Amino acid sequence: MSAYAYSVLAITGINVMLAVSLNMITGFCGQFSLGHAAFYGAGAYAAAFFAAAGSSVPVSLLAGVMVAGALGVIVGFASLRLRHDFLAVTTIGISFLFVGFVRKQPWLGAEMGISRIPSSGLGTQGNALLILACALATIAFSIYVNRSWMGFGFRAVGDDEDTARSIGISVSNYKLVAFTLGTAIAGLAGGLYAYFTQFIVPDSFGFLVSVMLMAMVVIGGTGSTLGVVAAAIILTLLPEIFRFINEYRLLIFGGLLILVMRFAPEGLAGLGRVAVGRAWTR
Amino acid sequence: MAYYIDLAFNGLVFGCMYALMAVGLTLVYGLLRILHIAHAAVYAFGAYITVIVANATGSIAIGILAAIAACTLLGMAIYRLLYEPLLDYPPYVAMIASIGLLVVMEDGFRIAFGEQGLTFARNPYPTQLHDIAGLTVNTVQIAIIALSTICLVLLALFTTRTRIGIGWRATVSDPRIATSFGVDAIKVRYLNFAIGSALAALGGALIALLNNFVEPTMGFVVSYKALAIIVLGGLGSLQGTLIASLALGLTESYGTIFVGRFLDRDAIAFLFLIAVLLIRPQGLAGARTA
Repeated sequence: MSAYAYSVLAITGINVMLAVSLNMITGFCGQFSLGHAAFYGAGAYAAAFFAAAGSSVPVSLLAGVMVAGALGVIVGFASLRLRHDFLAVTTIGISFLFVGFVRKQPWLGAEMGISRIPSSGLGTQGNALLILACALATIAFSIYVNRSWMGFGFRAVGDDEDTARSIGISVSNYKLVAFTLGTAIAGLAGGLYAYFTQFIVPDSFGFLVSVMLMAMVVIGGTGSTLGVVAAAIILTLLPEIFRFINEYRLLIFGGLLILVMRFAPEGLAGLGRVAVGRAWTR
Repeated sequence: MAYYIDLAFNGLVFGCMYALMAVGLTLVYGLLRILHIAHAAVYAFGAYITVIVANATGSIAIGILAAIAACTLLGMAIYRLLYEPLLDYPPYVAMIASIGLLVVMEDGFRIAFGEQGLTFARNPYPTQLHDIAGLTVNTVQIAIIALSTICLVLLALFTTRTRIGIGWRATVSDPRIATSFGVDAIKVRYLNFAIGSALAALGGALIALLNNFVEPTMGFVVSYKALAIIVLGGLGSLQGTLIASLALGLTESYGTIFVGRFLDRDAIAFLFLIAVLLIRPQGLAGARTA
C-alpha cells in the first residue's frame, strides 16, 4: 500500500472512532451533543503539548484521553441540568468556546497551532495500523457496551428519562458515564491524529467538524454501531475517491443530511432493517 | 469614560441586530418546538439580495425591500418543504435537517457568488458620521437602532391589538383550543415564518450596509449566537429574547476589553450562555417549571 492509502486509512479510522464514540453519547444515551470536535481537539492538543514537552507516546496519548474525558465529565454535569434543546445549544457553545480559547493561547501556538510534534517512531504505516487497531477496538467496545447491562441503562435513559428513573435506573450516573466514555475515546482519536499529522491548528476542531460527526451518526442511524461505522467510512472516502466532490463537499454533506432526515430519519441502519425485513417476508 | 459609553452604544447596536435575528427563531420555536438553525441562511440570503439588487438598480432602499420580499417567501418555502413533513418526528430530526440546509445554502452562496463575498457599488452611509451628545455614530448604526425598535414595537402591537395577532398568540399557547375557536393554525405557521424571515432579512440588509460587505459564512456565527440568545431568553419567550439580545450585545462589547486576551469575541457569547444556563437552567425569563 502507498503512503497515500495509509493516510486515507488513518483518517477513516479516526473518523470511525469519533463517530462511534459520539454515537455512545447521542445514540445510546440520547444526549444530543453538537460539540464532539471540542473533545477531539482537547485530546489532540493535550497529546501534542505533552509530546512536544518530551513525553513518550503512551503517556501523551493517555494525557489526551484524560483531558478530553475530564472535559466530558464537566459537560456531563451540564447535561444533568439541561435537557434536549438546551443541551444541544450548550454543546454547540462548547465547540465555539474551545476554538475561541485555543486561538488566544500563546502556549498552545494560538492561530498557528502546534507544529513541532515529535514523530511517534512508528512511521506512516505503523501509525495507520495503530489507528486501525484502535478503531476496531472502539467498534468492538461499542457493540459490547450496547449488549451489556450498561447499554440497557443507556437506552432506557435515552428513551424516557423519567420512566428510567422510576424503575430505579440512576439517570445521572448513566449520563455521566456515557459522556466520559464517549469523550475519552474522542480524546484518544485526537491524540492519534496529533501523532499522525504532527501538526495541528485550531480550525481542525471547529463546529463544522462537530456537524460532520453528527452527520455520520444520523446518516448511519442513531444508535446503530455498524450503521454509524458504515456512514463514517462512506462519508470519509467519498471525497477521496471522487476528487471533484471535494470542492462541493459541504454542499453534499448538507444535502445528504436534508435528504436522509426527510426520507429516512432512521438512517442507513433503518434502511438496512427495512431491506432485511422485506427479504424475510418474501 | 467616553470610551465606555462608546462600548455601550456599540453593544446596543449589536444587541438590536441580534434581536432582529432572534425574534424569528423564538417565534418558530414557540410555535413548532424546532430549533430553526437555517434562519441564519435566510439572514445571509437577505444580505446578498440587498447587495445584488442595490447594485443592479442603484437604490439601496429597493435592495432592502427586495430582500424582505424574497426572504418572506423563502421562509414560508422552508416551512412548507422542509419542516412540515418532519413535524411528526422527534424534534432533533428537523434540527439536523435545518443544519443541513444552512450548510447547503452557505456553500451555495460560495459557489454562486465566490468565496471573497460582495460589496456595495455605492454605500455612503457607514462613513456619514453624526455627533450625538458627544458620541460619534454613523447613519447605519442609527438606522439599526431605530428600525429594530420600530419593528419590534409594531410586532408587539400586532400580537396584542389585532385579531390575527391574538389568534397567533392563542395558537402558540394551545394549538388545539385555538383551532376549535376558529383560528387557522396552518395560516398562523406561514405568518410566523413570514414575519420572522422578514425581520431576519432586515437584519441581514442592515449588517451588510454596516460592514459594506457580505460573505458566504456571514450567517454562521450569528446563527449560533441567535440560538444562544433564545436559550438564554428561556426558549419561546419574546420578552426574554429581547432582554437576552441586549445583554449579549453589551456583554460582548465589554467582554472583548476585559477577557479579549484569553477568548475571542464569539467564544465570549457562549461562555456567557453556559454561565447563565448553569445558574438558571430555564433561561433568563423562563418559568421555573419549564
